[in-house]
Amino acid sequence: MAELDTSKGGGHKKGKKKRSKKASTRVDLTPMVDLAFLLVTFFMMTTTFSKPQTMEINMPVKPPPGSEQKDQSTKASQTMTIILGANDKVFWFKGTPDTANFSTTDYSPNGLRRILIDINKSTKDLTCIIKPTDKCNYRNVVDALDEMSIIGIKRYALVSDFAEDETNKIKNL
Amino acid sequence: MPKVKVARKSTNIDMTAMCDVAFLLLTFFMLTTKFKADEPVTVTTPKSISEIKLPDNDIMSITITKDGRVYYGVDGKFNREKLLQKISTKYNIPFTQEEAYAFSLTTAFGVPIPKLKSFLDLPPDQRKDIQQPGIPIDTSNNELGVWILNGRLANPNYRIAIRGDGDCPYPVIKKVIATLQSWHVNKFNLITNLEVRPKI
Repeated sequence: MAELDTSKGGGHKKGKKKRSKKASTRVDLTPMVDLAFLLVTFFMMTTTFSKPQTMEINMPVKPPPGSEQKDQSTKASQTMTIILGANDKVFWFKGTPDTANFSTTDYSPNGLRRILIDINKSTKDLTCIIKPTDKCNYRNVVDALDEMSIIGIKRYALVSDFAEDETNKIKNL
Repeated sequence: MPKVKVARKSTNIDMTAMCDVAFLLLTFFMLTTKFKADEPVTVTTPKSISEIKLPDNDIMSITITKDGRVYYGVDGKFNREKLLQKISTKYNIPFTQEEAYAFSLTTAFGVPIPKLKSFLDLPPDQRKDIQQPGIPIDTSNNELGVWILNGRLANPNYRIAIRGDGDCPYPVIKKVIATLQSWHVNKFNLITNLEVRPKI
């Protein structure tokens, strides 16, 4: 395949035999293949096929100063607050912080997720408020937000102001 | 007994077909490849089940390292040049042509604006090696806000993506988000790794 037919066909010429040497045009393609595969490997290694995945979050719009503060509060009975503490601990309660009972859980499937599934089933239009404390890390926040999308809770917010009752109560847990 | 003659076959294999395949693949990879952007720091992003893909262009990225340093970067060479010009006039720091060129090639950086000039003067390989202090995000000196504002002026289509390390303490993230919100950026993306959606 990779050679050309250089034989001129029969046809003896009488007289002087001026036989030019028939050089084979067969090229050894092995180094070329080597090179090609080397480059293929290089491009395969350096290429990025997968674009990074992202999570979209929308923060509540801060009302401009001076304007009437619109009431953004939700019904206490439909609100669950999740406080993200240090060392992968999670505190949660339903309702208002002064009366509610605080419980402790973690990020395992049987921890926060189970609780959220149960509460989401029993409460109509559940709103979750995620409050990361200063001691938790970024992964905890993403995990908590991720639980919302796993379970399908549509209304949730990331809030970082703490009520006094909340700080006091999580200290005792 | 008749002798069994094993026919001697040539060991010369025709390489043409293999060569064809190799070059076909080579062409494919060369055309589809998009080189990994070199990041000044490596961060391990947390995992989530979100499958939204980050768009290819018009990304303003805020990288937050494990120890809470903040890096800022925008894409597009032309936009970076525009951005540097805006910063240059705002802070009254003249940048030379070489510095502007160096900046237009920097995907992300984490140096305060007063130190930016000396940072850009370094040769490229040294620039990669030095420990960058991060962009100040304190309320008294919030340069991240300046970068975000001017970045958006340079290209209004920029979307903001936060690439944070999972072990980064939350107060840094809080400050970054507060900065974004103070510039009326209420919608942004968090870059995460893909995780399989668990069965519930």
